[in-house]
Amino acid sequence: MRIAVLSGKGGTGKTLVAVNLACVADYAQYIDCDAEEPNGHLFFKPQNTEEKIINRLIPVIDETKCDLCRKCVDFCRFNALALIGNKIKVFDKICHSCGGCKIVCPQNAITEKEKRIGKIISGTSENVRVETGMTEVGESSAVPVISALLADKIDVETVITDCPPGCACTVMESIKDADYCVLVAEPTLFGVHNLNMVYELVKAFKKPHGVILNKCVEGIDIAENYCKEKQLKVISRIKFDKELGKLNSDGEIVSRVNAGYKAMFADTLKSIKEEVSHETASDS
Amino acid sequence: MKQLLILSGKGGTGKTTVASAFIKISKAKSYADCDVDAPNLHLSMGKEEPSEQSDFFGLDKALIKQDSCIKCGKCKDACRFDAIGIVDGCYEVNKAACEGCAVCALVCPNSAVSMLKTAAGKLMLYKEDDVVFSTAQLNIGSGNSGLLVTEVKKNMQNSAQSDFAIIDGSPGIGCPVIASISGTDLILVVSEPSVSGISDLERIIQTAEVFGVKTAVCINKFDTNQKISDEIEGYCSEKGISFVGRIPFDNLAMEAINAGKTVADIDCPSGHAIEEIYSKTYKLLSEED
Repeated sequence: MRIAVLSGKGGTGKTLVAVNLACVADYAQYIDCDAEEPNGHLFFKPQNTEEKIINRLIPVIDETKCDLCRKCVDFCRFNALALIGNKIKVFDKICHSCGGCKIVCPQNAITEKEKRIGKIISGTSENVRVETGMTEVGESSAVPVISALLADKIDVETVITDCPPGCACTVMESIKDADYCVLVAEPTLFGVHNLNMVYELVKAFKKPHGVILNKCVEGIDIAENYCKEKQLKVISRIKFDKELGKLNSDGEIVSRVNAGYKAMFADTLKSIKEEVSHETASDS
Repeated sequence: MKQLLILSGKGGTGKTTVASAFIKISKAKSYADCDVDAPNLHLSMGKEEPSEQSDFFGLDKALIKQDSCIKCGKCKDACRFDAIGIVDGCYEVNKAACEGCAVCALVCPNSAVSMLKTAAGKLMLYKEDDVVFSTAQLNIGSGNSGLLVTEVKKNMQNSAQSDFAIIDGSPGIGCPVIASISGTDLILVVSEPSVSGISDLERIIQTAEVFGVKTAVCINKFDTNQKISDEIEGYCSEKGISFVGRIPFDNLAMEAINAGKTVADIDCPSGHAIEEIYSKTYKLLSEED
């Protein structure tokens, strides 16, 4: 079962939820798709890590063959090629690696070389297989790293995907294969506004979903009311707790150091699994 | 125009809380929200109906004309984004995955692929007297956020009459962040004292270095973890990055935000701390050149 954890707004507790859900499973794979700013590994501190480099292809111009016809420059929709002086210059950072310039070149003057754009770090933390995507600094798109992360499927019952914030292409890529989406929200005006956006996203992609409300404070019902209004299932409520905040800020996994939180996340995971089996039952 | 950009690397550290307070304190006449994925600044600035609104078109996306398609599969083979699939025996483009490179149109032997203009978001401009606020909303699941950020900034610059602007950025270090950095004079990074916060701070600082923009750092909710707050300040002094202050955890901040206000609109500890941070940041910006 593949569970994606997302939020729209950053800092609502995606990583807290994703890391702890993975920890309370019998055995789980945790995949950190927030490849621009991955944090799950800071909690898991995985052992026996292995790195896999992720490359993409960037054009190389053979100047001895290039006759400066500009067909590549005109074809490139990303403006990643330019004729400067008497040379075609390639702007690696804005190239999308579509390969069009190579096809369009009448002189066969274009080949491609691999450019490192990130890496995947895999390791183990007790009962969790931890996979972290990490883009190179200055690289604009995390999507190729995320696709590579999710392509490597291993056979485990519980797979937890920690998504990037927002609701753009990187999030879409991250939830592509999810059986269930957990939307983590906080009770602020910003939190609810962004919850609404991810709710629209999971609806558009027809993903079964439920909400975890984090940092709940008595008397502040803005997120709760939103869920009621949209008839969104609230799977779990995590109270605002300074102790939890402190443990989390120190990189501790709360369900591994606090029995109460362990029980809470175990209940949450159970509820999610029940939800998914309902969905499957009602589909067939 | 001097541009001050607020970034954070990690999400939810308080970018918009700081940016909205800065706008109030400085009485900024030009400001923008470049977090086009999940914009929130308008919620704090009391904005409802924009004075101008326009569609944002990303790159044209591919469409296969079924009556001309000879089902040779060349487009599917050439597409590096897995955006072409076979649905009920017909080749079809998955618009969400299509990046608009037009390679499919290039390789199609029967000219069955056309590239169509596709809306990818909305640009909004709020004008009141001489105050200009530019923002946007990317369509859900869309790419092209970097392009949209560039348009948001252009929109602001075209209408602005002042020579100073405050820009609220997006989390992460990818394309929208990189697009927002272009043309800015100073980046203020709002960090938080946690292991995640410090790791993300390092990556956003490295990103700012790649693009050669001067950076300053402040810490929000510093008192939730004093030890890591000290580490962050130590990291900044080691790297020679200006450290402009600490903001305390403040229950009143959440109340202000939920009431659609900024922390500068009420009498609260975080508001006072941000006022001091603003004056230090502005000084850094003026010292530039």
